[in-house]
Amino acid sequence: MTGARALLQLEGLTKAYPGVVANSGIGFTIRAGEVHALLGENGAGKSTLVKMIYGLVRPDAGRMLLNGADYAPDRPATARKAGVGMVFQHFSLFDAMTVAENVALGMELPPPMRELAAQIRATSINYGLPLDPDRIVGDLSAGERQRVEIVRCLLQDPRLLIMDEPTSVLTPQEVDILFRTLRKLAAEGTAILYISHKLEEIRTICDHATILRRGKVVATCTPAERTARELAEMMVGTVLTPPARPAAPKGDIALEVNGLSAPSPIPFGTALKNIRLSVRAGEVLGIAGVAGNGQDELLLALNGELRCASDIVRINGKSIGHRGPRGRRHAGLVAAPEERLGHAAAPDMTLTENAVLSGAQRRKLVRRGFIDWRRARTFAEEIIREFDVRTPGTEVAARALSGGNLQKFVVGRELSQDPAVIVINQPTWGVDAAAAASIRQAILDRAAAGAAIIVISQDLDELLEIADSFAALNEGHLTEPRPVAGLTVEQIGLMMGGVHGMEAANGPA
Amino acid sequence: MDIGGINIITLLATLIVASVPILMAALGELVVEKSGVLNLGVEGMMIIGAVIGFVVAVQTGNPVIGFLGGAVAGAALAAVFALLTQVLLANQVASGLALTLFGLGLSSLIGQGWNGIRPPLTRDVPLGPLSDIPVLGPVLFSHDWMVYASFALVVAVWWVLRRTRAGLILRAVGESHDAAHALGYKVRRIRMAAILFGGAMAGMGGAYISLIRVPQWTDGITSGAGWIALAIVVFASWKPWRVLLGAWLFGGISVLQLSLQAAGSRIPVEYLSMSPYVITILVLVFISSGRGRAMGAPADLGKTFHASR
Repeated sequence: MTGARALLQLEGLTKAYPGVVANSGIGFTIRAGEVHALLGENGAGKSTLVKMIYGLVRPDAGRMLLNGADYAPDRPATARKAGVGMVFQHFSLFDAMTVAENVALGMELPPPMRELAAQIRATSINYGLPLDPDRIVGDLSAGERQRVEIVRCLLQDPRLLIMDEPTSVLTPQEVDILFRTLRKLAAEGTAILYISHKLEEIRTICDHATILRRGKVVATCTPAERTARELAEMMVGTVLTPPARPAAPKGDIALEVNGLSAPSPIPFGTALKNIRLSVRAGEVLGIAGVAGNGQDELLLALNGELRCASDIVRINGKSIGHRGPRGRRHAGLVAAPEERLGHAAAPDMTLTENAVLSGAQRRKLVRRGFIDWRRARTFAEEIIREFDVRTPGTEVAARALSGGNLQKFVVGRELSQDPAVIVINQPTWGVDAAAAASIRQAILDRAAAGAAIIVISQDLDELLEIADSFAALNEGHLTEPRPVAGLTVEQIGLMMGGVHGMEAANGPA
Repeated sequence: MDIGGINIITLLATLIVASVPILMAALGELVVEKSGVLNLGVEGMMIIGAVIGFVVAVQTGNPVIGFLGGAVAGAALAAVFALLTQVLLANQVASGLALTLFGLGLSSLIGQGWNGIRPPLTRDVPLGPLSDIPVLGPVLFSHDWMVYASFALVVAVWWVLRRTRAGLILRAVGESHDAAHALGYKVRRIRMAAILFGGAMAGMGGAYISLIRVPQWTDGITSGAGWIALAIVVFASWKPWRVLLGAWLFGGISVLQLSLQAAGSRIPVEYLSMSPYVITILVLVFISSGRGRAMGAPADLGKTFHASR
């Protein structure tokens, strides 16, 4: 690939926001036909850089050259016209519209709808990503939604395709298909800028890697020649230690769910269908699944925000299905939802207030109907200290913390309540590698202390690292939990539902 | 064709005329809501359109110019709403309510001294032999041009929303302003255009009341028609054809209660005359409870957009 001509050259790109320099003097080159990885932790400046290339943000200094000519897109339409396409991490799709309408919205001059539908069929099959143009996007699986985004880009013959965290919503089988598509594109001369946290994937698919730390390029390498560990250490800048996992005997069944079915309160959500599971004291049950297969609903149902018949959920043998979140907390179940702002924490309230909201009962922060602010503050300080939350103090609004720090706070808050059962959705979502390791260690410590834990996550590596048993959610069904020891990625992929929607449209390509 | 002392053909013909103001206003509001903006100021924009349309028509002696004046006045008031909600990012519900209060007061002030005047007459469109067809003739083919214009607008709004790229972009903005912004669409500009269109439609609807339906100017002449229009949009699940049906239904109820009154019916007419408003209150409670999504409300309806990311 080294012989190929330079497609996009970046020189000294700099972008500062009030209080933080997101990018500082970034320079590297992407060649035609190569898959180029952009690596870095959250906050390293990857998204800002990508937004500059796609014309969503204008750089303060530096310049870009596309095919040797000056390239300074002022808006995404200009970038698209120049042949730069982007597949977003948080999909830029419209749920209530059809696939064809969504594709048309991402094009400058779309052909008439009927012609466009035919083009979508042809292109999607050609690249092994079959799609039915008439389906409503809100009804598609996460993998199919991503196909919509990719096909939308492909129809415009991009010379550079930017992919932001493309595999976080895919099953391993779907990742294989995506990689086949990417290789085909690269062979046709399209350059791909690939952003991901998943180091093994980068080692598989990428020809070159540029590593960012704190807004600067700190290293470039050929990923296949490095181990995942080395890549991670280049990103973080320190040496990482994997979490220690003491083997402890499991206790009695602490949480039991028997035939839980519930409709989803979320628009375009997934109903839970006859969920059965049991977790013993000291056991960590990992629940995998592609986003939108019932994870949020399962958390709501376990947390008591969705209630059910009393016998369906039992904690230590006590029926609590009819109880709400407070009743369940009283019985010993705590939960940390995925959405930090607005669900796990009240954005405009201080950390102390947020600590009270969840910890009032189990930490006895309320006496005779009045809040004991001194104890509340001590509780908040304890969380901040133990979980290394970077904040100026306890009287800061939750909104003011960075995503990763707030995540440490809300997970820490639940883990510090001496619970019998813990349910966590996406414990390390948006948290940097070092902090993620410490959160995982804290979860394992709780398990060693005798708590029954359910971790719902889309990060398979994480689940394999901390879970004792493993189950997967697929369209609201939960598979039979199996011991983690001896599971292969292939088996896990099948538990997650294999490839979604391949037969729905046009049959296997 | 008389039932209980009411002539059905006359009733249907009046129903069509009575439904024009709410049909126009509801069509405008439908476009506004499709772009993701909830403008509760329809009543205010209608009554401003009614008074300005009336004044302009009397001054120029030309009802067509009067309707244009009403449209401009409605759009001007809508521009205030657009400034508040799209530029200054004010709350849409509060701004809309304020717009109604402001419109009612301002129209009353402007209307001082215009009471008791008859506006220039708008004649029925001569459709020749068509209007001689029994039943259909009087019901459908003997009306003024605004009736036919409002029908044409139903078709036009449906066609633009469903079939054109402009309509697709408008719907996209109402569905997810963040996604539309990420694709490079000018969310704020598109919404402002929709708000102005909604204002012009409400203004024309109001002018129809003061120029043809009543026809004269009195304070508070719209008497809640704007609220009914808002309810119809929800009632119609944001679909233009159903807006037409809804307008006929609500128009029918108001005409029926007048006819019952005239026929000396024994049902207390108060029940019928309050029924459109009762339904309107229920529907407004329903949309503000956030349960409209299931009925096909645009996902970002009423949400403030700020291009921070």
